[in-house]
Amino acid sequence: MIQAIVFLPLIGFLIAGLFGRRIGARASELVTTTLLFIAAGFSWIVFFDVALGHGHASAPVLANWFTSGKLSVDWALRVDSLTAVMLVVVNTVSALVHFYSIGYMHEDPSRPRFFAYLSLFTFAMLSLVTADNLVQMFFGWEGVGLASYLLIGFWYQKPSANAAAIKAFVVNRVGDFGFALGIFLVFQLTQSLSFEQVFAAVPGIAGHKIHVFGADFDALTLATFLLFIGAMGKSAQFLLHTWLPDAMEGPTPVSALIHAATMVTAGVFMVARLSPIFEYAPDTLAFVTLIGAITAFFAATIGLVQNDIKRVIAYSTCSQLGYMFVAEGVGAYSLGVFHLFTHAFFKALLFLGAGSVIHAMHHEQDMRNMGGLWNKIPFTFAMMTIGTLALTGVGIPGTELGFAGFFSKDAIIEAAFAAGEHRSVAYLAFISTVVAAGLTSFYSWRLVFMTFFGKAKESHADARAAHGHDDHTHADAHAHGHDDHAHDDHGHGHHAPHESPIVMLIPLAVLAVGAVAAGAVFMGDFAGHGYDEFWKGALYTGHDNHILHAMHEIPHWVSYAATVMMILGFLGAFFVYQLAPGTAQKIAHAFPRLYRFLLNKWYFDELYDAIFVRPAFALGRLLWKGGDGRIIDGLGPDGIAARVVDGARLAVKLQTGYVYHYAFAMLIGVAAVVTWFVAGGLR
Amino acid sequence: MSFSTALAHHFLPETILALGVLALILIGAWRGTRAFGLVNELAAGLLGLAILALFFGQTSEASLFEGAFVDDAFARFVKVLTLVGSLVTVLMSRDYLQRAKLGNFEFPVLVVLSTIGMLLLVSADNLIALYLGIELMSLALYVAAAFDRDDARASEAGLKYFVLGALSSGMLLYGASLLYGFSGTISFDGIAKAITGAPPLGVIFGLVFVLAGLAFKMSAAPFHMWTPDVYEGAPTPVTAFFASAPKMAAVAITTRIVFTAFPGIVGQWQQIVIFLAIASMLLGSFAAIGQTSIKRLMAYSSIGHMGFALVGLAAGNEAGVRGVAIYLAIYLVMTLGAFAAILQMRVEGRPVEKISDLSGLSRNNGTAAFFLAMLMFSLAGVPPLAGFFAKYYVLLAAVDAGLYPLAIIGVLASAISAFYYLRVVKVIYFDEPAPAFDQSPLSLRAVLAVSTVFLLGFWLYPAPVVEAATAAAKSLF
Repeated sequence: MIQAIVFLPLIGFLIAGLFGRRIGARASELVTTTLLFIAAGFSWIVFFDVALGHGHASAPVLANWFTSGKLSVDWALRVDSLTAVMLVVVNTVSALVHFYSIGYMHEDPSRPRFFAYLSLFTFAMLSLVTADNLVQMFFGWEGVGLASYLLIGFWYQKPSANAAAIKAFVVNRVGDFGFALGIFLVFQLTQSLSFEQVFAAVPGIAGHKIHVFGADFDALTLATFLLFIGAMGKSAQFLLHTWLPDAMEGPTPVSALIHAATMVTAGVFMVARLSPIFEYAPDTLAFVTLIGAITAFFAATIGLVQNDIKRVIAYSTCSQLGYMFVAEGVGAYSLGVFHLFTHAFFKALLFLGAGSVIHAMHHEQDMRNMGGLWNKIPFTFAMMTIGTLALTGVGIPGTELGFAGFFSKDAIIEAAFAAGEHRSVAYLAFISTVVAAGLTSFYSWRLVFMTFFGKAKESHADARAAHGHDDHTHADAHAHGHDDHAHDDHGHGHHAPHESPIVMLIPLAVLAVGAVAAGAVFMGDFAGHGYDEFWKGALYTGHDNHILHAMHEIPHWVSYAATVMMILGFLGAFFVYQLAPGTAQKIAHAFPRLYRFLLNKWYFDELYDAIFVRPAFALGRLLWKGGDGRIIDGLGPDGIAARVVDGARLAVKLQTGYVYHYAFAMLIGVAAVVTWFVAGGLR
Repeated sequence: MSFSTALAHHFLPETILALGVLALILIGAWRGTRAFGLVNELAAGLLGLAILALFFGQTSEASLFEGAFVDDAFARFVKVLTLVGSLVTVLMSRDYLQRAKLGNFEFPVLVVLSTIGMLLLVSADNLIALYLGIELMSLALYVAAAFDRDDARASEAGLKYFVLGALSSGMLLYGASLLYGFSGTISFDGIAKAITGAPPLGVIFGLVFVLAGLAFKMSAAPFHMWTPDVYEGAPTPVTAFFASAPKMAAVAITTRIVFTAFPGIVGQWQQIVIFLAIASMLLGSFAAIGQTSIKRLMAYSSIGHMGFALVGLAAGNEAGVRGVAIYLAIYLVMTLGAFAAILQMRVEGRPVEKISDLSGLSRNNGTAAFFLAMLMFSLAGVPPLAGFFAKYYVLLAAVDAGLYPLAIIGVLASAISAFYYLRVVKVIYFDEPAPAFDQSPLSLRAVLAVSTVFLLGFWLYPAPVVEAATAAAKSLF
């Protein structure tokens, strides 16, 4: 069954990728989507069997990949509770996104390619989460990176999409470099890369020193640090986050699947999977906490002022990933994975909802041009609201009532506070996550208010002038029963917002169920009383790691802090964007520097541009023009070719046509040879 | 062995041609201008008969005419090549000459006369025989070059060739006289016996001058200057003849003289041969790049190829000679095939000879385009075509003899020359079509097809050529 789960998407990719042109777009869609739904169904069976039931963790070996000296790497599919959780997340979201894309992409001429890439991504992600050794994990890691690159640049006619794809690829290379170094170091320390053997060897090498660059480092700290660099790249953490917002250039379903629910959580998964190593590297865990805390706060502040609907959600993703790392940093791996699990539902919901809005607005993404949509696309509005409630963590503290985010996010905040007893960095994380919770609430509701409330701005003057269809706007305004064909017929004729086709709304509904219920249903299993039965040892916690108990013994005000901040954020947004429209501009005018600082994303792109990109370009240009062009080409191909042409010209010039020249040449030849011998004789 | 049996056994091809050519002259004198067709066919028959005589004649070695003439495996091998070159030239020339109003019976007669000279040259075993063979060959060639006497370019070509040829003959004779003066004999064997150890400077002078005279005949640089002008100016069948048969004879006699007359001073003549080889290869590679006329291109191509043949000679051993023999055979086929293609270049009755006239040949005449492209690949030395093996054997011999710089220069020159051969292929296949060529006679198409098939199939069954070349090389040592 696990083989089927992993390889069905690959089959779908091969069919749609190789024969997509021949079998047509519709067949490609149906094949890949059907296979994904089968895989998703199997995933839930595995989840119920292995995680919730009494099935045993296993790792069937498919084949030996390569053997070189002591290094032997197998293809194996590891199935334990952690994998089962990831399988459910990946395949469910992927299947829904495939389904959704049938509607969202139905105007695109290269749908077979799109669905092939989606399936390829799914396969790579599945091979990542089922990896039984670091090399296979790296394979999946790079595979999802490749698919992400291809999908961000899916609309390759757009220069901005290509630039974003390259940026994502290059920034991820930085992280992957660290990951690769980490793998090397792990092999050097344990002489193995298989998880079983590495985990078994780790306690024995705790405290070992390694001598690098003239200084001694704790070996495990260094190894986990390097591995975490990889996680930072993939999960868009502070300093390596710059690619994620730009990745929104890809089609919206891609953003939902890859850049919200699955791929970006690979870093979180990796840390959880490698928890047996990380537990022996407290310094690295402190670093993880710090990075997570900074990211959670920093991304949330940028989200406050962005105007592109997808970018707001992208920064929100970035911020939520920070929460997950905070949880893992303080040792509550299960909470990190739990937040990953719930986040996948509500963030995919938000992205797909945003996609539905964008679809309704005919590919308008700027929220300033939206407004008043709630009664035009009511279903989407309802779904987006559920997603927002889940993201902001609405719930009643002290009870079991609340949306998904309420359980997972508040638990992280509590865990951060509890861990503060031992590590001061955790207090910082606590403060940062609590503040970020308020900011999250603010920007989420800002998004809702700007998009769905206020004055309708969709029929602005230039659209009217361009299309001359202003009289029709209201005729189609309530057309939420539209099917694909109706949309096709007048899709670009006028700018009336319209509800998306049913094929796009079903995934929203399914995800909404998850966003509402996933927290309440699974909280006990993931991090409560069912912890041991659920995880069955898939996550490792050290002997003195009692964080999951300690988090229940904290002052009551801590539990309420997040909820209070959430409410404050909502009220703030409500005031600024509903009660007193225009306040936002006033605040921006009052603090112009701060506003620009946030709007320009803390100037990270500019900073990196100055520090890395431009020097790299300068170096590249130097090597290209100077090194390659002038030296290698100049002396090599071009130079030789030029000399050959010179030689040809000389030889042709010698051929004057005069007999006496020819005779002279002959005599010179004889004279030269004779001279050679005479000179040789004298010597 | 009586004189007459010796003649019958070892001098049969020459006898057939010598007697036959007299008959041809009589027929021509008798029938006048109408004689061309008949004489041409009879000349072809004579040459074919001479080849048969070689194939079914003696296989033993013999020395005739007081040591002036030697009949050995090497001589027979090269004679077959020479006769094939002459025979194919005669077959290919008929249509061209008739259309050009040059259908005079003298042309086949000149070819046969020149061929007799070549056969004598190949078998020459003393300096007098060498000179006689060269002059008999060359005098006929001078006339042939200017055969289109009303055409200024052809007359110029003939005149240039004659003047420079006279100069080279003078050099040859001067060298021969020096050699005679220092060794006291004209026999190659005698010279070999006389010159041992450190040679006096006079012998070196003689050697240089003799080799210069011979290099002129094989158009090795820097004695090549006449080649492009004569190739371009002379009527194309004459050019085909120049490029094929005389080259065989010239390389063969050079090989014979250095191994039979100067085995004691290998180090000295090796230096001269290396000089000639490098100069020819480089010049052939560089100068051809600038050419627009396919005939001039072939002129430089032949200079380059002679350079490669000399690489084998420079090795100075039996393997080298074997390489030279194989090279000559393959070069002959490539040259004849290429000229068969060039002779087909005729638009609306008039011959054309620009490389650009071949543009888009692949779309007008796919078969001919393919054959010509294969010929070009073979000339460039692209495996698995025969041209590759030709270069392989000579370079292998050079490497085995320790002449690494020479071999490396050879490979580089080959790479440079590939440029202009491949450019012809590019023109044929990728340029916009030029006006289509006229329907060409069967003989030309047959020669083109047979030569290409030989080049394509050589690697499958190289044994006959390689074995004959091995036997030929052995007979010189």
